[in-house]
Amino acid sequence: MADPLLQIKGLVIEATSYPPGEPPKEVTLVHGVDLTLQKGRVLGLIGESGAGKSTIGLSAMAYGRGGVRLTGGTIHLNGREIRLADAKALRALRGREVTYVSQSAAASFNPAKQIMEQVIESSLSHGLMSKTEAEARARALFKKLGLPNPDTIGSRYPHQVSGGQLQRCMTAMALCPKPDLVIFDEPTTALDVTTQIDVLAAIKEAIRDTDVAALYITHDLAVVAQVADDIMVLRHGKMVELGETGQIIHRPTQDYTRALVSVRSLDHVEKAPAPPILQVQNLTARYRGTNFDVLKNVSVDLPVGQTLAVVGESGSGKSTLARAITGLLPPSAGRITFAGRQLSADLAGRSKDDLREIQMIYQMADTAMNPRQTVGTIIGRPLEFYFGLRGADREKRVQQLLDQIEMGKGFADRYPAELSGGQKQRVCIARALAANPKLIICDEVTSALDPLVADGILKLLLNLQAEAGVAYLFITHDLATVRAIADKIAVMFKGAVVRYGQKTDVLMPPFDDYTDLLLSSVPEMEQGWLEQVIAHRKMESAGN
Amino acid sequence: MHPILKLMVQRIALGLLLLLAVSAVIFLGVEALPGDTAQAILGQQATPEALANLREKMGLNEPPLTRYFQWLGGVLTGDLGTALTNGADIAQSIGQRLGNTMFLAGCAAVIAVPLAILLGLIAARYAGKWPDKVISGITLSTISLPEFVAAYFVIFIFTQLIPIFQPVAMVFPGMGFWAKLNAVALPVIVLVLVVLAHMMRMTRAAILNVMQSAYIETAELKGLSPMTVIWRHALPNAIAPVVSVVMLNMAYLVVGVVVVEVVFGYNALGQYLVDHVTKRDLPVVQAVGLIFAAVYIFLNMLADVIGILANPRLRHPK
Amino acid sequence: MRIPISALIGLVFTGLFLFVAIFAHWIAPYEITDVSGGQWEGPSAQFWLGTDTIGRDILSRLIYGAQITIFVALASSVLAFSMGAFLGFLAAVKGGWVDQVLSRIVDLVMAVPSLIVALVMLSVLPLNLTVLILVMGVLDSTRVFRLSRAVAVDITVMDYVEAARLRGEKWGWVIFKEILPNAMSPLVAEFGLRFIFAVLFISTLSFLGLGVQPPLADWGGMVKENKDGLIYGKSAALLPAAAIAALAISVNLVADWILTRTSSLKGGRGG
Repeated sequence: MADPLLQIKGLVIEATSYPPGEPPKEVTLVHGVDLTLQKGRVLGLIGESGAGKSTIGLSAMAYGRGGVRLTGGTIHLNGREIRLADAKALRALRGREVTYVSQSAAASFNPAKQIMEQVIESSLSHGLMSKTEAEARARALFKKLGLPNPDTIGSRYPHQVSGGQLQRCMTAMALCPKPDLVIFDEPTTALDVTTQIDVLAAIKEAIRDTDVAALYITHDLAVVAQVADDIMVLRHGKMVELGETGQIIHRPTQDYTRALVSVRSLDHVEKAPAPPILQVQNLTARYRGTNFDVLKNVSVDLPVGQTLAVVGESGSGKSTLARAITGLLPPSAGRITFAGRQLSADLAGRSKDDLREIQMIYQMADTAMNPRQTVGTIIGRPLEFYFGLRGADREKRVQQLLDQIEMGKGFADRYPAELSGGQKQRVCIARALAANPKLIICDEVTSALDPLVADGILKLLLNLQAEAGVAYLFITHDLATVRAIADKIAVMFKGAVVRYGQKTDVLMPPFDDYTDLLLSSVPEMEQGWLEQVIAHRKMESAGN
Repeated sequence: MHPILKLMVQRIALGLLLLLAVSAVIFLGVEALPGDTAQAILGQQATPEALANLREKMGLNEPPLTRYFQWLGGVLTGDLGTALTNGADIAQSIGQRLGNTMFLAGCAAVIAVPLAILLGLIAARYAGKWPDKVISGITLSTISLPEFVAAYFVIFIFTQLIPIFQPVAMVFPGMGFWAKLNAVALPVIVLVLVVLAHMMRMTRAAILNVMQSAYIETAELKGLSPMTVIWRHALPNAIAPVVSVVMLNMAYLVVGVVVVEVVFGYNALGQYLVDHVTKRDLPVVQAVGLIFAAVYIFLNMLADVIGILANPRLRHPK
Repeated sequence: MRIPISALIGLVFTGLFLFVAIFAHWIAPYEITDVSGGQWEGPSAQFWLGTDTIGRDILSRLIYGAQITIFVALASSVLAFSMGAFLGFLAAVKGGWVDQVLSRIVDLVMAVPSLIVALVMLSVLPLNLTVLILVMGVLDSTRVFRLSRAVAVDITVMDYVEAARLRGEKWGWVIFKEILPNAMSPLVAEFGLRFIFAVLFISTLSFLGLGVQPPLADWGGMVKENKDGLIYGKSAALLPAAAIAALAISVNLVADWILTRTSSLKGGRGG
């Protein structure tokens, strides 16, 4: 075999962290990772947050982001050692031999410059081609990546095109100087699911046609399975497993990899129909000062002790529905009936019991807890407020709740900043449970969490439902989560419910066009899935 | 109408409205404060008849709103009334002094602005390293100095330790340009010192803010040289915040000028204002106060307008 | 917790100034109005820092000056603070027309430099300490208002405040238990900055002859009294000037330290 394009040996990466109120300390992000990439191959780097995957990816350009230092090992690119190369040598290879596509193209494009100027910049500054040649190549790439108006889109400014389009423009920017290696750093993570699939397909085709090698970094195994030849699984800055894509997703050898592969397989058998605890009838709402309805004539029922999943992409109105039910956004028409009584439209008109029986859990547990209150205060306040519990009684009940969320002793005196992401979300669940609610509204409660942690939260929610008989209104954009938890499903699109019913019915063909698009866009852990989906689509994605 | 034009018209209209409101506060607000103009002129020993006479003569018995509109009409036509203390025409007195103030502030601005931007760039380029620490340390101290304190240290240094300048700044009509420059050297040094610190610190912060953007990393990962990155990618986005910083600090100059003129006995608007505050000569104070307020509001408006013009999102709407 | 050396210097000097101000009566060797020497005498065993333009002991006047300067500045910044912070929180939590009216008034006052507004007001008002404190406090409260409103608005959009509202909590709980604990550190640092501003402001007014009136004197007034000496090489005016600078720098160092600590203590984010 020929010399590899990229060979990393014993890579050690360190950084200085600044914990609040403590002296700075040195932390090691990557502990001796080896990696080899041949010309024209695609290697997927996968792991949860803190696995060091982006840090390793950027080391292929000998770049440390935000004070990160490449302190040990060797990095050979095209046969040259680059970890210790001087600034001039690095400038010569960055943007020429290796290029980079970031997660947020919207932030990575200079807002003050036209797209074309930025796409061809490195080709010109490295003297690779003339301006005419570079522009022609850029236009050809725009076309290949499926951008609308490929001949004129270059003259637009970044804020004038959509997020999905900008992500493709950034891919064009990376491919324009004909590099040997492109680093894709979570390029589709920030996109809606139906847009993600288009961008993913465009990137895959461009990689294949230009015969470039790539490092593809993501936390989503199903996504990387579509584009990578090989996959490296990382955890806490160490390699867990390396193998060919088929082997990793079908025959993983390590427990951690097996857990990652099986994470979406949680399945939930729907419960039999039951009388509703919550009825939403013909709800229409708009925000003050706007002139269009964000909710259009929405009607759904939620049976006692069951889960209604509300699914949709950003802008579908699913979170607005939650705000209307809680009373934060009084609807302009329609009615909400809860436990047999009609709820007042606005918050001020609701009784203490109305408020107590409907609780809410948020997407970002970080901002949902007051950083200056201890876990004991956070969970204890509803006990005191609704039930008048004080002193030892309160402490006892707090500990019971902590046991229920599987956190055990010693947490009541801690502050939110001392908890992990999953623990924070569990405390938020305990705070909701403390009120003895009949309904908990869960707004994207797992989407900010790593897959394994999210899995644990879903299992906990299901257990609590079985024990306490609480109903969930579960808002999410992720269909895998829906399968795992829902009894009923409402699919929302542009403020209206387009499909609604028992889970099995909703997920059973024939589908309406939008539900079909949404369902088919969820990446499946199967090689070749992407091509099949693209070939069979009925509808262009909604938001690109 | 192009959205950017609309925004600019809105901003300018807001500025004019603000100026009108300020003029009302300067006139009517001051009326509402406890204090009696006639008493102030004649002193505590004045007889009631004398007070009544003076009030009648000055039109103080008219309703305040009527007098405000008379005053405002006068301001708009260039008639600022006469000073209580010596009966001199206020517009005329201001005319001569305004030029002197402009000359002083202009000299300070011409030196301070480029110097502050340059130092700000250097501090941002070497953020956290010694050039930054030296510059930031010195400016932190000068920020803590009121104008007159800085002035006396400068006077002491340049008239006693290294006697090369005069401690007073006398300018008079017919003086040559270079002679004038020499005369204002010390006050200019003081003003530069005072304005520079604020302007430099804010410029540094504005540039550092831009340098932390993701698109700067993109540019670095394209293999561009540091100068190209700053020149082509940072500068176009830093213009608006830096201009806004510069304008904001020109406003500090407005305040600085008042004090510095008093320190150096420089015959201009600030000294004129302070003099007449001491003498409780209200018409003069109101007129000069309005001029300072107008300059300040104009500078802030200019900063916002340039900010609007420099924003690519507004210049190239969807 | 470690305190950086610069903050330590700031703390020590700030404490020293406060001590001198509080115990001025027992520390000062002469009374503030005692004329006990000749004009502009140099330092001696009798007058450690020399005498001023009419032969008063400079050290004693500096010590009493500290008392007056710090008292006026502290009083006006406490006034500015209680007024500005209360109205700022109110505007943020209430929103609607309360916010609109308060914010527009503050815009109007801040549209003109404070010194100019103060000069216009002082041309009518009687010159005494109460008036000075009121004028400075009211003008400075506009800046405190802007900061506290901004900080509170940042906090009110947090989910934990929404959670408290959904729980049915009253405004008192929301302001004092949810918002205030998270707004404390930036406000404390701001208090330091407002205090410095008040010191500089009162010194400038006194220097212009519109602040503390003779025979009492704060440091700004002492500079004014002795400024003519500079031309004859008498450096008496530089001592109070240096005192102003030293106090302002010390408090600045402390405020700077608190500010950097706040940014890392904001907590919760990014965990």
